[in-house]
Amino acid sequence: MGVSEKLGNLGVVTTTVEQAVNWARTGAMWPLLFGLACCAIEYMSSQASSYDLSRFGMELNRATPRQADLLIVSGRLTRKMAPVVRQLYDQMAEPKWVISMGDCASCGGVYNNYAIVQGVDEIIPVDVYIAGCPPRPEQLLHGILTLHEKVKGERIADWA
Amino acid sequence: MAVAERYQSIEEQRRWEGSFDQLRGLVSERAITGETMLLNMGPHHPSTHGVLRLLLELDGEQIITCLPDIGFLHTGIEKSIEDKSYEKALPLTDRMDYLSPMSNNMVYASAVEKLLALDVPERAQIIRVICLELARCASHLVWLGTHAIDMGAMSVLLYAFRERERILGMFEMLSGQRMMSSYIRPGGVWRDVPADFLPTIKQFLADFPAKVDDYEALLTRNPIWKDRAQGVGVIEPDIALAHGMTGPALRGSGVNWDLRKAQPYSGYETYEFNVPLGEHGDVYDRYLIRIQEFRESMKILNQAVARLERVQGPYRSENRKYCPPLRSELGQSMEAVIHHFKLWTYGYDAPDDEIYCAIESPRGEIGCYIHGTGANKPRRVHFKTPSFMHISALPVVSKGYLLADMVAIIGSVDIVLGDCDR
Repeated sequence: MGVSEKLGNLGVVTTTVEQAVNWARTGAMWPLLFGLACCAIEYMSSQASSYDLSRFGMELNRATPRQADLLIVSGRLTRKMAPVVRQLYDQMAEPKWVISMGDCASCGGVYNNYAIVQGVDEIIPVDVYIAGCPPRPEQLLHGILTLHEKVKGERIADWA
Repeated sequence: MAVAERYQSIEEQRRWEGSFDQLRGLVSERAITGETMLLNMGPHHPSTHGVLRLLLELDGEQIITCLPDIGFLHTGIEKSIEDKSYEKALPLTDRMDYLSPMSNNMVYASAVEKLLALDVPERAQIIRVICLELARCASHLVWLGTHAIDMGAMSVLLYAFRERERILGMFEMLSGQRMMSSYIRPGGVWRDVPADFLPTIKQFLADFPAKVDDYEALLTRNPIWKDRAQGVGVIEPDIALAHGMTGPALRGSGVNWDLRKAQPYSGYETYEFNVPLGEHGDVYDRYLIRIQEFRESMKILNQAVARLERVQGPYRSENRKYCPPLRSELGQSMEAVIHHFKLWTYGYDAPDDEIYCAIESPRGEIGCYIHGTGANKPRRVHFKTPSFMHISALPVVSKGYLLADMVAIIGSVDIVLGDCDR
């Protein structure tokens, strides 16, 4: 109804700024080139030929957090590594999102001991958790698509 | 606001007051005066193959000192195993050297078998050899892809992972998991190979040699690759031996030491294969050796697959004190139910004795030391892992080379930080 009906088939799309920006943000969400343990290998598999993350505009891993939008915490987070991950997260520019990939990153996994932080959400906010030890590439893709859905629902009022 | 509180404590941890006094004696005096440059490489660095941190002292681009800092992936696996019964500790070993979990399973299972004096049926040994050689190929494929990316050849990874997916598919067929398979268990393997496994692996064995030729076509005579790799990171044989290096990193220096030949296990003495050796001990030789190892693994796999078709029988030891009964027996035999219950609740007692057992993983000698207590949990389990030895040799190996060569050296000794830190 409204403008779109009057314009007819003129090749014009009407939308809101909110929707347009959120759509654009899901189109090229550059991940940080960052891996911790086993899950990082499955993350590499997701990027390689068979699963091909570039379908989602994510083939470009940035080695510097300044240019990355998405932090995929792939693997077990040790107490020695925790400050490093926190620093990387702080160095990323807004808007930024975090996926906790695998059981270890989500909740400590099988390692309930002195060395492992029991979930990366103890030190940084997490948007999507992916279960699995390690998650299959399909699971990672599902997690990424879930994050896209979440981003598409973000409100202007919440943009920092 | 748990996150905020946590953040505070992390902030405090991070504020490291950089005093040069801590570095005195570790780096040269020139670094203290500011004549040379101290550079921090890692733990977040794309080319350190995980979370290795190196403190480098550079004169221009030349490496004067290299101080590795490990432990960023210390998981406490050895300590965790002390609180688990022998069978239940196995899944933890998968996650040490996460590029070849089968080797970790194998060394742990062999060590437990040695402690219990448990026999492994012939069919299980053949399946194990197939798994180990597939794992070697899968691990070398990751090495090839990442090593090439580090040196600037971007496309090799895409080819290497194409074949790796097929190997992971076979692991999934066997165990239900792509990577962390926990398939090799004390006494044998978890289950027999499924019916469609043999056709799949035969198809793979038919296809794979041509793919290895493809990798070689991309790299072996590539002038850029040769410039980056030849004469770089030379490891003298005596240095390699002094630092306890094993595997392709040692054989690249021309030392003929392969545990599959030197201390055969799982029937390796009955297979025909060669151990490729290098001459110069540089990055290029280590590359050639791993490429050759693909072909040698193919030889072993072809023999093992032919043997697997011939040899029937149990895939797991029949000793019900240590190995669970078949599912089909549980409905008919009270004895089987008792054994099953006992094994999955308590486990089994192992003698109060210490043993060491080593096998050849894709990276080198991985060893497992177990000290039993006489009860169902070990007193101490320790793994001797190749990556730890290789990282300890990095300072000697990298001295005098350029910063850009450091990346090539790290890639060529093929370290996995999960393997090193555990």
